[in-house]
Amino acid sequence: MNKQLEALRAELNYDKTNRCVQCGYCLPACPTYQTMGKETHSPRGRINLVKMVGEGRITDLSVLEEPLDLCLGCRACETVCPSGVEYGAILEAARTAIVRRKKFTVPQKALRKVLFKKVFPSRKMMNLAGNALWLYEKSGVQKLARKSGLMNKLPANLGKFEAIVPPAVSPAERSALPRRVPAKGEKKCTAAFFLGCVMDAMFQRINELSIQLLAEVGCEVVVVENQTCCGALHAHAGEKDDSKQLAKRNIEAFERYDVDFIVNNAGGCGAMLVEYDHLLADEPEWAERARRFVQKTRDISQVLAQCGGVKGKEGPYERITYQRSCHMSNVQKVTAEPVQLLQSLPNVELVEMKEATMCCGSAGIYNIVNYDASMEILDRKMKNVKDTKAVTVITTNPGCLLQMKLGIERENLSGQMRAVHLVEFLAERSGLAQEQILKK
Amino acid sequence: MKTMTEAQINEVRQIIRTGKVLTEESDRFSYSFDASFGTYLPDAVIQTKSVEELAELVKFANREKVPVYPRGHSTCLSGGPLPVKGGMVIDLSVMDDVLIIDPEDLIAIVSPGVRTADIHKAAEAKGLMYPPDPSSSNVSTIGGNLAENSGGPRGLKYGVTKDYVIGLEVITPQGEIIRTGGRTVKNVTGYDLTKLIVGSEGTLGIITKAILRLIPKPPATETVMAIFDDLVDAGRAISQILTSGILPSKMELMDKATMQAVENYQPSGLPTDAEAMILLELDGHPIAIRDEAEQVFRVCKEVGAREVRIPQTQKEKEDMWKARKLVSPAIVRIKPTKISEDATVPRSKIPEMCRRLQQIKEKYNIHLVVFGHVGDGNLHPNIVADKSDKEEMKRVEMAVAEIFEAAVELGGTLSGEHGIGTMKAPFMEMELGEVGLDMMKRIKQAWDPNNIMNPGKIFPEPGQKLVLTE
Repeated sequence: MNKQLEALRAELNYDKTNRCVQCGYCLPACPTYQTMGKETHSPRGRINLVKMVGEGRITDLSVLEEPLDLCLGCRACETVCPSGVEYGAILEAARTAIVRRKKFTVPQKALRKVLFKKVFPSRKMMNLAGNALWLYEKSGVQKLARKSGLMNKLPANLGKFEAIVPPAVSPAERSALPRRVPAKGEKKCTAAFFLGCVMDAMFQRINELSIQLLAEVGCEVVVVENQTCCGALHAHAGEKDDSKQLAKRNIEAFERYDVDFIVNNAGGCGAMLVEYDHLLADEPEWAERARRFVQKTRDISQVLAQCGGVKGKEGPYERITYQRSCHMSNVQKVTAEPVQLLQSLPNVELVEMKEATMCCGSAGIYNIVNYDASMEILDRKMKNVKDTKAVTVITTNPGCLLQMKLGIERENLSGQMRAVHLVEFLAERSGLAQEQILKK
Repeated sequence: MKTMTEAQINEVRQIIRTGKVLTEESDRFSYSFDASFGTYLPDAVIQTKSVEELAELVKFANREKVPVYPRGHSTCLSGGPLPVKGGMVIDLSVMDDVLIIDPEDLIAIVSPGVRTADIHKAAEAKGLMYPPDPSSSNVSTIGGNLAENSGGPRGLKYGVTKDYVIGLEVITPQGEIIRTGGRTVKNVTGYDLTKLIVGSEGTLGIITKAILRLIPKPPATETVMAIFDDLVDAGRAISQILTSGILPSKMELMDKATMQAVENYQPSGLPTDAEAMILLELDGHPIAIRDEAEQVFRVCKEVGAREVRIPQTQKEKEDMWKARKLVSPAIVRIKPTKISEDATVPRSKIPEMCRRLQQIKEKYNIHLVVFGHVGDGNLHPNIVADKSDKEEMKRVEMAVAEIFEAAVELGGTLSGEHGIGTMKAPFMEMELGEVGLDMMKRIKQAWDPNNIMNPGKIFPEPGQKLVLTE
């Protein structure tokens, strides 16, 4: 074998592709195989394409581009795989290899640079985006824009998302997050709270309620300074070096505090955080620190359940269904706790939908860059949601939450059905949500 | 290298008006494999729900002598759908829209792309059962099951796919649409073409519809697990049970190496110091099978089982079968390349076959585990190896050849349920003899004189040998 091919094999994680025996057990679990109907968009098909590049049978890497771009990265295939193929690792290595060779157009390059290097990693920039959102809503520009139909003419279907973006929090409230919140009653544990960039900018209220719920069950909460974006969006887009930088910044920020857990409330972020040890495995000075970080990382549902659960008050009957975060199920492997928390609430009936574990099509920024493919997946999902006759759809990740809101809009069901984050729902049913948001 | 010209592809596009003709490099590579060995590039992949379009396509293929390969979800373990001579792969998994259960005639009418598990579900919803249950039934299409005549663990009591097919719609290699059999269980009108097509591995035509026989679903099941310190005792227990008037619906065997692999992978409470374990399922009326379970318990104890367990709760029962399901993922943790064989012997020869397998394992110094549907003699000797180790793979090739020889010598067969395909073609004459194989060839030549229908399968090319290295 020549040197060049050998280097390419190492770059592509070729050895991992050999674990795939092409049994096809992943086909029914793959949302894109189900909606697009060809092997080119199936997990084993994609793995085979990477393998063929590693064997020199495909020499032009651009052949891989579309099949890999259209992968949601939900990793449902890993959960059903009987051979333990590390699909996520294969996908990310191949995407990184493609990005390395790809000649982006000048505007594409500029946009990627701004988004990945400036906006997501910077709290200040994300705050600014959050503030702009607030101003946009409150100023009346939103109404005008909706009326004029301008939103539908926005490029790349961004207009479709406008209706589902949550009410923004004012700049004054946004900067009011407390540094440390004591546990109510007997203290059971201490948790450092991971804010997340999108959660912090768009769903700050959910972050506040998360902190409040944690305190309520007996957890002292610390909001760590200098934390940053988890790096998931970078890793999925093939910008691995950027995600490594962000991982290191987070590890540094969180290891200054002596806590039992590092808690997040976004399935996608959590999945990135629990893989920091893989991400930094080949950097000796970081591997051990990453491992310690991962050991403490938990989804909020795990900590709430561990502390004895959230006490629900008697409330009106509500039929709900639960749209799982793929990354929470398939990467973090957190599946039992959210269901356990929901089922403990009085007068709440959880009705599972058909294909409950299948992705909603949100997948980071997939629904923006692959709009049509994403909507086909969403429409299939909404059919299953509607069949449950639930009025509330529970989610555990900001992307899924937005996507489900969009699904409800598309089906013209706003007013009859709503999508909320698990934390919002728990806060509501335990009587916390009516209370004023945390004071300083 | 392409076997089709640009003009031919254009003509195909004219024929397939409502479907898709995939010719991108990424698509061609994505239909170049199955779950066995080898990569073969087709020139085009055809997807259409229209039987008429497909028939027209086959007429064109026959005229132009372009090979066609019917394909389902490509879970095949013997190379059945591989486009070994280029040409067109016909992806029949898209033909998934007919699934009718007729409780009055006790039949199901299905199109070839319907997944086997969906037939199970639809039948069960009406209190009926479609018994064949290959392990891949969640993924595999019924079309693939029919072409390969798939089996599964329930084969012992209920038989295999061919025992449940009473009618077919088939596109012949000349592009004509014919119907064989019908909706009745009894049908002796002329040659039984239905049975000829089932298991012909796509070499005689494309199945576009099937009529399947259903039976009432047994109301209850019981499970018994028996652990043995000696493989021969386990073999004796199996034949004692089967001669005592009891016919279990499933009877699975795990040897020591298999149990150890499962326990290393995910501890499931299996005894790693025992030589063998039998797991069996009885189905039928709840009171009757309770009685049978106790009878099985006594038989196993009498022949010297170390321990016999009858699970008392649903959870216990599920845990036992879960341990069986973990076998496949567990053994690929030892080494990544799995060669799954399905040589089958008469029931009475199971202990002897187990002994031979042990000798082969030692002779070639390979990782071989034995587990399988032991009640019907369909042992699954699985070899795990590393395909990047060429020297090891050579030893595996020799071991596989010897497994086949042992099975045939004991009055068994090369393949119980996976099919011949490309993998076992070189051994056909050993089992069938020269004339026997020639009679099959004559049938093939009569049906498909231009050899366009799934060429390169079943019949060995001159000098063809088993090759597991690429």
